[in-house]
Amino acid sequence: MEWETVIGLEVHVQLQTASKIFSGASTAYGALPNTQACGVDLGLPGVLPVLNANTVHMAVKFGLSVDAEIAHRSVFARKNYFYPDLPKGYQISQFELPIVGKGHLDIQLDEETVKRIGITRAHLEEDAGKSLHEDFQGMTGIDLNRAGTPLLEIVSEPDMRSANEAVAYLKTLHALVRYLEISDGNMQEGSFRCDANISMRPKGQSKLGTRAEIKNINSFRFVEKAINYEVERQIQVLESGGSIVQETRLYDSDRDETRSMRSKEEANDYRYFPDPDLLPLNIDDHFIGEIKKTLPELPHEKRQRFEKAYGLSTYDANNLVASRELAEYFETVLKESKAPAKLVVNWVMGELSAALNKESLDITTSKITASALAQLLARINDNTISGKIAKTIFEGMWLGEGDADSIIEKQGLKQITDTSAIEPIIDEVMANNPQQLAQYREGKDKLFGFFIGQVMKACAGKANPAQVNELLRKKLQQD
Amino acid sequence: MHQKTIAELSQALAQGTYSSEELTKHYLQRIKQWDTSLNSFITVCEETALASAKSADEARRQGKAGPLTGIPMAQKDIFCTNGIKTTCASKMLENFTAPYDAMVVEKLNAQGMVMLGKTNMDEFAMGSSNEHSHFGPVKNPWNLDCVPGGSSGGSAAAVAARLVPAATGTDTGGSIRQPAALCGITGIKPTYGRVSRYGMIAFASSLDQGGPMTQTAEDAALLLNAMAGFDERDSTSLDAPVPDFTADLNQPIKGLRIGLPKEYFSAGLDPAVGDVIMAAIKEYEKLGAIITEVSLPNNHLAGPAYYVIAPAECSSNLARFDGVRYGYRCKEPKNLEDLYKRSRGEGFGEEVKRRIMIGTYALSSGYYDAYYLKAQQMRRLISEDFKRVFEKVDVIMGPTYPSIAFKIGEHSKDPLEMYLSDFYTIAINLAGLPGLSIPAGFANSLPVGLQIVGPYLNDSKLLNVGHQFQQHTAWHQKIPSQFAK
Repeated sequence: MEWETVIGLEVHVQLQTASKIFSGASTAYGALPNTQACGVDLGLPGVLPVLNANTVHMAVKFGLSVDAEIAHRSVFARKNYFYPDLPKGYQISQFELPIVGKGHLDIQLDEETVKRIGITRAHLEEDAGKSLHEDFQGMTGIDLNRAGTPLLEIVSEPDMRSANEAVAYLKTLHALVRYLEISDGNMQEGSFRCDANISMRPKGQSKLGTRAEIKNINSFRFVEKAINYEVERQIQVLESGGSIVQETRLYDSDRDETRSMRSKEEANDYRYFPDPDLLPLNIDDHFIGEIKKTLPELPHEKRQRFEKAYGLSTYDANNLVASRELAEYFETVLKESKAPAKLVVNWVMGELSAALNKESLDITTSKITASALAQLLARINDNTISGKIAKTIFEGMWLGEGDADSIIEKQGLKQITDTSAIEPIIDEVMANNPQQLAQYREGKDKLFGFFIGQVMKACAGKANPAQVNELLRKKLQQD
Repeated sequence: MHQKTIAELSQALAQGTYSSEELTKHYLQRIKQWDTSLNSFITVCEETALASAKSADEARRQGKAGPLTGIPMAQKDIFCTNGIKTTCASKMLENFTAPYDAMVVEKLNAQGMVMLGKTNMDEFAMGSSNEHSHFGPVKNPWNLDCVPGGSSGGSAAAVAARLVPAATGTDTGGSIRQPAALCGITGIKPTYGRVSRYGMIAFASSLDQGGPMTQTAEDAALLLNAMAGFDERDSTSLDAPVPDFTADLNQPIKGLRIGLPKEYFSAGLDPAVGDVIMAAIKEYEKLGAIITEVSLPNNHLAGPAYYVIAPAECSSNLARFDGVRYGYRCKEPKNLEDLYKRSRGEGFGEEVKRRIMIGTYALSSGYYDAYYLKAQQMRRLISEDFKRVFEKVDVIMGPTYPSIAFKIGEHSKDPLEMYLSDFYTIAINLAGLPGLSIPAGFANSLPVGLQIVGPYLNDSKLLNVGHQFQQHTAWHQKIPSQFAK
């Protein structure tokens, strides 16, 4: 039987506010345990939550960016369950009335294919603390620094049909929240976490199969691996006549497998009800309108502009807009160098990307600034240097030897474009290679390359290749 | 000294008749002498009280004294006090000391009031008899075999016996008004949101409201002036201007339209209590008030709605008491589940556990719509009843409680019987309205309270109406003879 994979994703995005969603404690990552938890975060008797208005701004901003309905009235609800890192015995979340309703996100699958993924809802909630099992023999440590950190949980429709689509969706969403500057998207620190709901159904059937939920997958690579593993597992179960159990599973990246965590029967009854400590959140059109004004150019808008204004391919444009910083870097280089867009793309996605990857850096930590690269490309563009020499200069710049102009100056790498300087070199090469010259003139055209090579060698690669080409051809034919 | 109201003490302090230190020593002495029989205090803080009395006297010398500076008072042990134990009368918090002050504590401290201690109460404010305290029942000063009412029974008994001139209370379904009635003192549950709940250990967040328990309506107004006000740390606190609650006290009440809900004077009301209430109404008539009968047709829904909503909220509010971070933890837990089950099983008393279970059940999947949602709908109907009635009358009056104080242990076998007695007070919390109870007389030598209810934010009106009654009657001046000297 042919199976169809059905995937829906729940993404927890940590909002980059200075303080927590219901308290004034700092949200900075990496502090000593329990030093960033105030009375509210500790769930002391008598304390009360007060909503951080910034989180509302950010949620609305996100909602607008995915064309979603913004709820004029949303309600915070308590999700009740006991766990040591959940200080109040309930998590404040939104249940029946989330702040962001139905919307959608378009993902680019290849050069031609765009797929629209439905967004069911997005709601605000607080994060729990962390249980630390390693450092305490026979005990568990609780760190409540993370408790109360604002999260936006973004729930998709079950619209994805493969691990590839799921990854494309996640990458698009990741870029979006970073564009909106509502999250740093740092996956290692847990600022962007994903749960995947996966089910299989016979191809052509519209009814959804029973799903398993894979919890807390924290990298794009693991999402792909976890989904692929789970799809294989479910197909095996189904084809051997079994049925899928609705359950929560955990992905183990060390063993590359998913394992059952708890079944539906063991699942908590969360006893959701409206939090009586918080009033319903009322948002009017004016508020929404003001936030709309602050929306930046979104990734898909930027991509379209890059294609149209700079004549880039969808592929190149897509790569560039993957991050706001990269796109900005590209545009700065383009503007300052005045070089053709294609040349800039090739350098940014080629030499620069390779250099960054090699040292596990990203565009924000690049050793060559956009202005510095612009200067280098400007020198190619005005024929001061050749592309080949530029690569040597780039290496020097990367190693901190100075900017393009100073390296060109210091090492005398300036391209020779003066005909009167190139001609004597050609004459010399011709004089030194009479045998090859004779063969060429007898019709062995292939030797043209040999002469080019000799000339470039003689001038240490500095002569303008196009000029060398033209002058050499003329001279070889002349005499 | 202890015969005096706050208003009188304030004057005496201002005139230098005695110092705050003398006053404080006097009351501390009374507590030492009498509270062994009443059990109205859980914690007495002699040292800090004397220290704050001295600073109050110093402030007065520097001309920085306000009307409440140097006046002793007590906090219900549900308000968090920085550095002083806050137990909520529970084994769960027997040794808990909060690292911060509740807003109410902060505000009264800022006025220079002298806190003598923390008063006894029903555990986590759940109860109407003060029998449900880990620290033992409180006795009614008018008859030591009787309950003082609850949950603010300690505050009511202490004020009635003049162990302290005034105290704070909290009221979720009548916990200020009912003990005030049964002990013969004045107590007001302000409009929901008037007084910040920050630092007041939550029972049912949408119903809880703190307020003063005093000898007179005038004293209540003085205290409420200090307690009320918007607090940005409590999202449900009202961002509305706070009036001077004493400003209207002396307004004549001629022409005041009083509504008597017929539902309040039906079966279930002790006839002797009914007689006292009707006599008080007569008194109001003499003062020029106009009496009309009104109806609150949905009043019978108040009990069912309340006993779903309050337990539902409490089941969640009390989840934080889990033995993990503070409070009682069972001995040698075998595992996490054992830690939870035994810490909570051993740390909470019977009444608290009963309500947690009712609330958990009401919120559970499959029952939510039938219980919690229905209760919320009933709550709206109850509110609408009051809105309609207040189009015709200025205030509603009736008994605060259907009986006089009952014997300790009398209702302990059947909790439902006690729940059903709360029906005059709980509807007021469900509607968020202000409610005042003032002493109206005696039945069988025990005090009877008259409840006065007004429209939203009409706290001043109630205090005015109560004060006018107290200007023409002396019930509020009665002190149980045993404690009079």
